[in-house]
Amino acid sequence: MTTSVSPVLPGRDASRPGSPPRRRPWLTYQRKDALAGYVFIAPQLIGIVGFVLVPLVLIFYYSVHEWNVLAGTFTFVGLENVEALFADPQMGEVLTATGIFSVGLVVFNLSLALLLAVLLNRRWRGVTAFRTIFFSPVVVSLVAWTIVWGFLLQDNGGINGLLALVGVDGPNWLREGPTALLSVVVVQVFKNVGLNMVLFLAALQGVPRELQEAAKVDGADERQIFGRIVIPLISPTILLTVIITIVGSLQVYAQIAVLTQGGPGISTTVLVYYLVQQAFDFHHFGYGSTLAILLFLIVLVLTIAQWQLRKRWVFYEN
Amino acid sequence: MRSAKTLAAVAIVAVATWGLASCAGGPTGPAEPTEDIELRMTVWTSNEDHLALFTEIADAYIADHPEVASITFEPLPFDDYTSTVTTQIAGGNAPDLAWVLENAAPDFVSSGALLPLDDVLENTDGYDFDDLAPNALELWTSGDDLLAYPFSTSPFVVFANDDLLAQAGQPTSAQLLADGSWDWETVSEISSAVTAATGRSGFVVRDFDYLNWDYLSTVWNGWGAAPWSADGSECTFASDEMVGAFEFLHAAAFDDSAMPGPGTSADFFAGEAAFTVTQISRANLLPEGGFAWNLLPLPEGPVGEYAVTGQAGLGVLAQGKNTQAAADFLAYFTNPENAALLAQYFPPPRTSLLDVDTLSAANPLLTPEQIESVVVPAIEDGVVRPSHTDSAEIGQQVRAALDGLWVADADIPGTLQKTCDAIEPLL
Repeated sequence: MTTSVSPVLPGRDASRPGSPPRRRPWLTYQRKDALAGYVFIAPQLIGIVGFVLVPLVLIFYYSVHEWNVLAGTFTFVGLENVEALFADPQMGEVLTATGIFSVGLVVFNLSLALLLAVLLNRRWRGVTAFRTIFFSPVVVSLVAWTIVWGFLLQDNGGINGLLALVGVDGPNWLREGPTALLSVVVVQVFKNVGLNMVLFLAALQGVPRELQEAAKVDGADERQIFGRIVIPLISPTILLTVIITIVGSLQVYAQIAVLTQGGPGISTTVLVYYLVQQAFDFHHFGYGSTLAILLFLIVLVLTIAQWQLRKRWVFYEN
Repeated sequence: MRSAKTLAAVAIVAVATWGLASCAGGPTGPAEPTEDIELRMTVWTSNEDHLALFTEIADAYIADHPEVASITFEPLPFDDYTSTVTTQIAGGNAPDLAWVLENAAPDFVSSGALLPLDDVLENTDGYDFDDLAPNALELWTSGDDLLAYPFSTSPFVVFANDDLLAQAGQPTSAQLLADGSWDWETVSEISSAVTAATGRSGFVVRDFDYLNWDYLSTVWNGWGAAPWSADGSECTFASDEMVGAFEFLHAAAFDDSAMPGPGTSADFFAGEAAFTVTQISRANLLPEGGFAWNLLPLPEGPVGEYAVTGQAGLGVLAQGKNTQAAADFLAYFTNPENAALLAQYFPPPRTSLLDVDTLSAANPLLTPEQIESVVVPAIEDGVVRPSHTDSAEIGQQVRAALDGLWVADADIPGTLQKTCDAIEPLL
């Protein structure tokens, strides 16, 4: 004869068989677990709600209003700000500058970061010092970095001084349209290239040696190994750095404010600079909010596009 | 998972609703407090002496006004001053009192952002409202209402480095003045000679830097030029007078090397230039024992003698929480006795204080002769730097358009016409 012992369940009085079962308490183990999880993510969630999602909602709200801060009036204008966006004579030039700036920054930054990572992935003497040197601008104050570059790029500044030593008459970097935009791109690249370099370095060090050696045995040269083995294996990192760099390139403000103030003309007035100018300098909060929505949509579309395209070129081992 | 989404959605909607509701504002604000009043005044100076004087005046006021618990002076960075104040107002955190820059004056004065002050000033015992110079009040008046007190009217002058002039074999500035040849053409010629002989710069319009174009009013007024008509409705950048002024400036920068070109910096106070056009308040930058210097009025232009001043006003923000208390404090802060104290640092709008003794005390570096011959006439007769409603937007459009001028082969009349085309819709 076997007797089975029922497990005593929480909330069930085992001493009184036949009595109606009591309701399980609301706070079950599962719920406790979930609650603990929510408590852990609460700080981040509150931050995202308060500083990202609510402003995002408010931006849409403000974009259909005209807010005269000084007069204290807040008027519903519907889609007038969107109409103003399409009629804005400066918009074409602003978007062109934004596009050139972003493309230049992404291409230059990622190429240089990958090149540095490949070079510094070798076992040289002093390689750690070089890694530190290239990474150090990342932790330097952005404004201090930009101000120093501002002095260097002046017509009578350090860069042209060096060029003069080798007999080259340097351009007036920050006062001529093409060189002004190039200067801002270069300053930004040198500031952040170390971050992408470190990411690529980590990815390169994760590429299995045996794969490269097997390719070598099969007769592949260095270029083929890099193109066919290394690049596919670090493609997830390339995707990450492309997304980070593109989004970052669309948020560059301080460098332009310090170096060129959007000039000469409006050749370095990128979208985010124009947005801040409209909202906080000219007090067009409604129009500024509409520009913020445009920037949000551009970032969103680019990120989704990259996410979709990853299926075609990003290699995931599993 | 579903409950997490629900929770997040509820949180977002709740906070967003609160945010929207709080930003929508109500028809009327709460009643103003009558006790434990905390006043806040934004300024763009961080000078400890200035702030100590303000605090001294404020402490004396609080001693006689138990309803006021504290008066705080909040220094804000000069470059972003107006934007910061505007953002504070937008955030429902308007200061009770604020300094206002002259280029922002039309916006603040015309928008209703400032509380009219006439009644409170005229009804304050011993204020002597009629002592305020009418021309000093002009910029800060709308209709019959005075909306800010012009606490500082600072003239633009020329500082000269006589050591550098002598080093270049040029006459001193005093000789130029005595010879009756203190005019822009001569200044430009001498500046070219200084650059050629010493490698240093000639004349520098301080703070212009090929960006802050309104500082050029210290030059173009000598040609009788103005950026727009007196009523601000018509652009006059393309006028013959303005073309003449810019032809002079362009030649000085690109042909004669009389002034530093774009992208080249030269600090007069570090001994890097022969002349600088700036406000007298910059005299405190003169290095002790650095070089022999002199103070002169602005050089004569084709229209003869002229003067330009910068102004700053003090107003009560209509959206502040303590407007009446703030206005009352402003009346105390700017009464004759305190105006005399403030005159140590800020040239006052009170005619009774526009004398050599008062201004000499304010500028110990300057001689009474310099005060009498340069500073007082400039304050009395000077034209205030240009200003207009939407000044920031107009300023940006002008800056962008004028960038076309700062190249060697610029089309000056064409560029100035483009400048007008750019700003006409905003005038």
